[in-house]
Amino acid sequence: MTALLESSPPVTPAVPRRRRNGRRTLDFIAVHSVALALGLMFTLPLVFVFLTAVMSDQQALSSELWPREWHFENFVAVFQKAPMFTYLTNSLVYSVLATAGMLLSSIPAAYALARFRWRGGNLAFMLVIAAMMLPPQVTAVPLYSMWASGHLTGTLWPLIVPYFVGDAFSIFLLRQFFLTIPEDYLDAARMDGCSEFQVLYRVLLPMTKPGIAAAALFTFLYTWNDYFGPLLYVGERQESWTLSVALASFRGMHRTTQWNLTMAATTLVLVPVVVLFLFAQKSFVRGLTFTGIKG
Amino acid sequence: MTATLHSPAREQRTSPAPGKGRGRIRNRNRLWLLVFLSPWAIGLVVFFIYPLLATAYFSLTNYNGLDSANFVGLRNFVYLFTGDEIVRTAAYNTLWLVVVLTVLRVAFSLGVAAVLARVQKGGGLFRVLCYLPSLVPPVAATLTFVFVLNPQIGPVNTLLRHVGIDGPLWFNDPNLSKPALTLLTLWGSGELMIIILAALLDVPKDLYEAAQLDGAGAWTQFRRITLPTIAPVLLFGMVNSIIFALQYFTQAIVAGSVASGSADMVGNSQIIGYPNNSTLTFPVWLYQQGFRAYHMGYASAMAVVLFVVSFAFTALLIRQLRGAAHTEGARS
Repeated sequence: MTALLESSPPVTPAVPRRRRNGRRTLDFIAVHSVALALGLMFTLPLVFVFLTAVMSDQQALSSELWPREWHFENFVAVFQKAPMFTYLTNSLVYSVLATAGMLLSSIPAAYALARFRWRGGNLAFMLVIAAMMLPPQVTAVPLYSMWASGHLTGTLWPLIVPYFVGDAFSIFLLRQFFLTIPEDYLDAARMDGCSEFQVLYRVLLPMTKPGIAAAALFTFLYTWNDYFGPLLYVGERQESWTLSVALASFRGMHRTTQWNLTMAATTLVLVPVVVLFLFAQKSFVRGLTFTGIKG
Repeated sequence: MTATLHSPAREQRTSPAPGKGRGRIRNRNRLWLLVFLSPWAIGLVVFFIYPLLATAYFSLTNYNGLDSANFVGLRNFVYLFTGDEIVRTAAYNTLWLVVVLTVLRVAFSLGVAAVLARVQKGGGLFRVLCYLPSLVPPVAATLTFVFVLNPQIGPVNTLLRHVGIDGPLWFNDPNLSKPALTLLTLWGSGELMIIILAALLDVPKDLYEAAQLDGAGAWTQFRRITLPTIAPVLLFGMVNSIIFALQYFTQAIVAGSVASGSADMVGNSQIIGYPNNSTLTFPVWLYQQGFRAYHMGYASAMAVVLFVVSFAFTALLIRQLRGAAHTEGARS
């Protein structure tokens, strides 16, 4: 289960020997051509985005699919058209600080929910799930008013601060990981005189590194991709825009119908995510299967 | 098979260290519990419980974000259910997405996962290709599809033209904008695919072998073995998709604004829901009312309705998760 994206033993139904070979070949061809078609279907939209990103202005307005000349300078032009470095910095500030805050606040909370028996423990876990499932729009009005009365709307703080007091999804995910470590290990550490704090940071954390990595990745991605939050709190103040907000307004803002630059900007926003994924495939998949029912 | 959703109590054992009284341990633990949980407890009150209560209160007022709120009773709710024509469209659009997206997302993910489970050569590559789009930031994914489905220059209609078909207007056609959003969402449902794939690979193989010896065909095997075994995961996917569809905001508002070709910033009230309010979902209208028109009392009333509906489905999810944990416990 940990290596889902790598090859794992395929589910091949055993067929009586006599009929095996012929049917197997047919089956193989059928399955692999469908898989190939699916693979293309999932990839082609991104390929078209990239191909359009490097087209000339005129060609990008035509319906041609393949660039006649490769204008890689379009990626530079995006930075000249819009203050992309500012947006990039804002996105990084939001994502990095939120991820750091999540780790600080959610690891202890998840540990407490996974490893302490106390009255209200179940209720607390239900509250975590309820908070995790709550549509962000439900609480938007009072939260906006709250931040506005502190004159903090227009800054990134309303987006970052909540992560320093626990993120429900991360607590849920980390708790699932913590539950997989046998209590005996922790007891052994306690016998040796470790405090609960040491048990958590010296024993449990080193054993659940993949879980911590998954939680950090998901938080980073969620905040990097977030649109509703930044639109709500910094939408009116352009110098605080994140990449998502900037990208959504890119086409309208520059009074242009130039699809090539819009697609170049799109490429720039999605490339970091793809690279991050390629480096951390295992953590992603492990985290994913843990959010499901089983681990 | 390991269940990860046991109630904590079941696996918890307090082991008193030798030579120390139980009471001291318990007190020590209580202190640590307090230390570990207090940041989250503060967060829970400030960012969850308080805003929920405040939303309920604001929904009974004419709050506009500036002046102090006046109590207006149930007037916001009366207007929501009887007066507002647009909210009816918005609720319809969201309901459409809840039904169509949920069914197609689960069915499509199951289909893709079933293919991926049987791939023998290059399985890793295919899985990466199918999963990758789900990582693309929603705004970037939406721009991708608005471009790919552009009526004049988009690759899809270009390819259709090559085979002699006049492609539709997609995001510019009120009847096709929601199906286009559906395509966009299916494209990015790789997470669910991987979760279902994991479940498929976990079905004990001897079950299939036994069924084959009894002469069961592929369909019978799927219906009698695969489906019952992965049913909990499918149900999880359903509820998850429903809650996802209830919050559907980013893709809808960005697609509407970019497809309209308007020069305005996203969220401008003139282009919201383009074309013809067909992409105006309930959360989009809530946002417009609350933060563009500053009808914050009314937006709070909408938020209360959204909360009630999504909470009902969350409760369903929790019940199902606990049920799963119990059956697992019974089996092991």
